[in-house]
Amino acid sequence: MAVITIERKVLERNDVFAERNRALFARHGILAVNMVSSPGSGKTSLIERTLEHLRSSVRIGVIEGDVQTTLDAERIACYGVPAVQILTQGGCHLEAHLVAQAADSLDLGSLDLLIIENVGNLVCPAGYDLGEARRVVVLSTTEGDDKPLKYPGMFRSASALVINKIDLLPYVPCRLPDLEQNALQINPTLKIFEVSCTTRAGIADWCHWLCARS
Amino acid sequence: MHELSIAQDVLQIIAQYVPSPDHGRVRSVRMRIGALAGVMTESLRFCFAVASEGTAADGAQLEIEAVPGRARCRACQDIFQPRDCILICPRCHGNCVDLVAGNELQVLELEVEECTAAISSGENAIPPGC
Repeated sequence: MAVITIERKVLERNDVFAERNRALFARHGILAVNMVSSPGSGKTSLIERTLEHLRSSVRIGVIEGDVQTTLDAERIACYGVPAVQILTQGGCHLEAHLVAQAADSLDLGSLDLLIIENVGNLVCPAGYDLGEARRVVVLSTTEGDDKPLKYPGMFRSASALVINKIDLLPYVPCRLPDLEQNALQINPTLKIFEVSCTTRAGIADWCHWLCARS
Repeated sequence: MHELSIAQDVLQIIAQYVPSPDHGRVRSVRMRIGALAGVMTESLRFCFAVASEGTAADGAQLEIEAVPGRARCRACQDIFQPRDCILICPRCHGNCVDLVAGNELQVLELEVEECTAAISSGENAIPPGC
């Protein structure tokens, strides 16, 4: 019987690809942002509002991640920015090697900002570094103010929280102060934005932070 | 989490050392898994058993070394064992806490028998491209 010593992280392959991505984006001066949330919170809508606000002054590319369909990439393409769709065909999260493949399809030299929309899932994407500079979690008011406590891993891994659908607050039991308190309890460094992709409320502040390079 | 995907990642690592049943049969895989890594060990065992069929690790036992969570409060420097993923210092109730241990997900070693061909050293384990 032979004993082979390995002592390797299970996810090291992803970490290697993530660091390659990170170096690639840095070489091109690109700010890469990984957007995560549960399905239906409004990630794609937030990207659309962001494009409306910034595309005339910031060169933006988008990588869309979904289990099936190219619907999201088609929505983004309507704004005249380069968009690449990753289809995981069952995978519940994006991984760094998939992002690397998608980035190959983009002219990185012509971009300032790369937005990566992850598969809708508040659990698994937390464990996979894609090589992003910032991770943003989107949570809508219709999901409830207790979600940061229920999914601490995701909220702890993020640098910003965008609370979407604030226009629906009069109609849902979500209490905004409780939601923000819960989120900051998990991650006291979270930068929090309150937006509505329907009314455009809060979008300017979100875009201002997004473009800041500090 | 997605234990099948993790099992497949483990098997990819194993295959870099024991590429096929012709190279040997893996009898056990020792892993270190932290309590806060988000991995259900029984699900992982099930998925590993399914995913390893036909490989050199077919029938291999997963021996899991569990690591309890340990965290350090940045405010009062207390080191404590968190009960869950919500990291609050029990002494000062601060939430500026760093996880010191409990997030591990590693393959430590393999026990391999019936070696009939040279076992790879696992060098160049990371593919050069996508």
